[in-house]
Amino acid sequence: MQLDNLDNVIGVHGNDSSQLIGILQDVQKEYNYLPLVAMMQVSEKLKVPFSRLYSIATFFKAFSLQPRGRHIITVCLGTACHVRKAPRIVDEISRSLGIRAGETTPDRIFTLETVNCLGTCALGPVAVVDGKYFGNLTVKKIGALLKRYEKE
Amino acid sequence: MRIESIQDLEKLRKTLLAKTDPTKTRIRICAGTGCRACGSEEVIEAFNKEIVGQGISADVEIKATGCHGFCERGTLIVLYPEGILYQMVKPEDVPEILKVTVGGKEIIERLLYVDPVSGERITYEKDIPFYKSQRRTLLGMNPSIDPTEIDDYIALGGYRAAAKALTEMTPEEVVAEVKESGLRGRGGGGFPTGEKWETCRNAPGDARYVICNADEGDPGAYMDRSLLEGNPHSVLEGMIIGAYAIGANEGYIYVRNEYPLAVEHAKRAIEQATKYGLLGADIFSSAFELDVKIARGGGAFICGESSALMTSLEGKPGRPRAKYIHTVERGLWERPTNLNNVETWANVPLIIEKGAAWYRRTGTEGSKGTKIFSLVGKINNTGLVEVPMGMPLREIVYGIGGGVPAGKKLKAVQTGGPSGGCLPESLIDLPVDFDQLTKVGSMMGSGGMIIMDENTCMVDVARYFLNFLKDESCGKCLPCREGIKRMLEILNRICEGKGEEGDVELLTKIAYTVQETSLCALGGSAPNPLLTTLRYFGEEYTAHVRDKKCPAGICKDLIIYTIHEDKCNGCGACVKACPNKAIAGEKKKPHRIEVAKCIKCGICSETCRQQAIAAA
Repeated sequence: MQLDNLDNVIGVHGNDSSQLIGILQDVQKEYNYLPLVAMMQVSEKLKVPFSRLYSIATFFKAFSLQPRGRHIITVCLGTACHVRKAPRIVDEISRSLGIRAGETTPDRIFTLETVNCLGTCALGPVAVVDGKYFGNLTVKKIGALLKRYEKE
Repeated sequence: MRIESIQDLEKLRKTLLAKTDPTKTRIRICAGTGCRACGSEEVIEAFNKEIVGQGISADVEIKATGCHGFCERGTLIVLYPEGILYQMVKPEDVPEILKVTVGGKEIIERLLYVDPVSGERITYEKDIPFYKSQRRTLLGMNPSIDPTEIDDYIALGGYRAAAKALTEMTPEEVVAEVKESGLRGRGGGGFPTGEKWETCRNAPGDARYVICNADEGDPGAYMDRSLLEGNPHSVLEGMIIGAYAIGANEGYIYVRNEYPLAVEHAKRAIEQATKYGLLGADIFSSAFELDVKIARGGGAFICGESSALMTSLEGKPGRPRAKYIHTVERGLWERPTNLNNVETWANVPLIIEKGAAWYRRTGTEGSKGTKIFSLVGKINNTGLVEVPMGMPLREIVYGIGGGVPAGKKLKAVQTGGPSGGCLPESLIDLPVDFDQLTKVGSMMGSGGMIIMDENTCMVDVARYFLNFLKDESCGKCLPCREGIKRMLEILNRICEGKGEEGDVELLTKIAYTVQETSLCALGGSAPNPLLTTLRYFGEEYTAHVRDKKCPAGICKDLIIYTIHEDKCNGCGACVKACPNKAIAGEKKKPHRIEVAKCIKCGICSETCRQQAIAAA
């Protein structure tokens, strides 16, 4: 794996070990997940024990140690979405893709994630696919939504 | 250019004001996260293109602004000076708006807001019931400024309070003013802000810090995002004043990574303020210096707790600690640290500029000023509402919120997020402030207000919050780590129809133990949703445990979908829609659902135009 860019990612934060969470976030943005080699490189560069990076990466929900799919579906499970039946949306995506929340399809096309709240409660239930918002979802709309991204 | 003095600031303000042409139509387009999700960026692009195309750049000025608050109706645009509000604007409406309203001074009826109660079309923003009863002292600036332009904030009088504090007041006087105002922390705790500042100022130590807590984790609450996103300089100005009062030279804004736009705008605000000399060394030639940095959270609810947030700022997993010694004395890097929530900071410039006496005029005995709520869930007018403390719940839900959609009945109002509780319809006349909400078993929290109707199962709501907290408990102390899990297991059983006699008593016992013995406020308040639903909606627990029924039709294991024979016209739409081929029937004759095959996804019920399929 080519990790040439990693020094730049760390450099933006001024090689400051108090910015570890921010650094790991940017690393994840670069590679879509936290590759082991990248974490080791960060550890060496910042002289921070690998165990500490690992504890951060596993404590905070935002990090994934597994490669994720080409399309990331994030379903909001905030309270407002919950009372507007968001759990049924997760169930239906889960059923259609054959994966549970937090998992990636074997063909690595989709990753299904949930989030506590996106703060777009007026649109609830809402899901975000690759940064694009889909509001007022119904179970019925899921099929077409998945089909649209499957081909991309 | 550096702003060295209050005179410099005033001079700049006047120059900026002189540049605005009052004859121009000013179009303000909401570009908050909610409206962006509705496509406001495309609307802005269409305006830019069309204005050039029609050759009217000299007559119109457009601005992408922060959140206007009426998120239900996005994309929102307001045309000034008239104050005409167009809602649900799409890019294809843009040419018409420019020709008809800007050019021809005529109203486009179809884009006006229709009052669901009276059925009337309303032309002006100020006449819309959603805005009418609000007092938008904090959010009011959002629709008029571009949050990425510091000049917009300064033109409206921004940074005057900071100039006043730094050049005309001693730090002690600033602390005294904030104390006198009666401002209490808006993040949930409701601790008096002035007292907190004073303790931090007097704590021994050389370096100290100020932190803005923008790790808004309560599901269903997004007022902090809208403030930081829509008016970042008001928050920054509050921090400058606070840091001066406390004697801190370093500050952090800790913001959720799920709020990319807020991160971006806060970053820009810091850069621009630094350029003007409003951050950095020798601010307003007062020898006071302050640097502010941004830190992004990693998606952990617990990091909204002060000691956990500070641990996470130190680059470690965010776990809280027992607070025998408060963070104002020993916080970040073991130094005195003052942490306030976004909304608290945004109140500070107002208090300094207009005075504590002015501030105290709004609110109740124990809660002064206004509070922003995010009014969401089963409500007609979803959005952010800012009201004086003490406004009755009824006025917020019905007056501003327009009541519950589809003629359904209001069942509960949930406040305070996972730490708060569910209030029944019978408490609808409760004046909303810190103390009243605590009295009835809930809390203010950061201001989420989730409206629930008759189709909401309260047992499921309690389960929802415990499930949320199970994931978010950091695991450091046993009562929270284990207690929440055990309560959730019992609730899961109850929702699956396997509830037993004695479950409710056991739940109550565990709940009080967790409340009493947890290390931090997450565990201490975790049982609140459960306890309030038990207190106010006990009969729903009985229905689940004893009768194995979910009256609201939510708990999958306790409901079956059936087709109402009288209503079914045999169109076959449900047969096609059912993913598990569980529906059969001859054309034009009533269909039937095969219960054994039904996976209870609800697609059939959504598909049926006759509304013949229901869960019971």
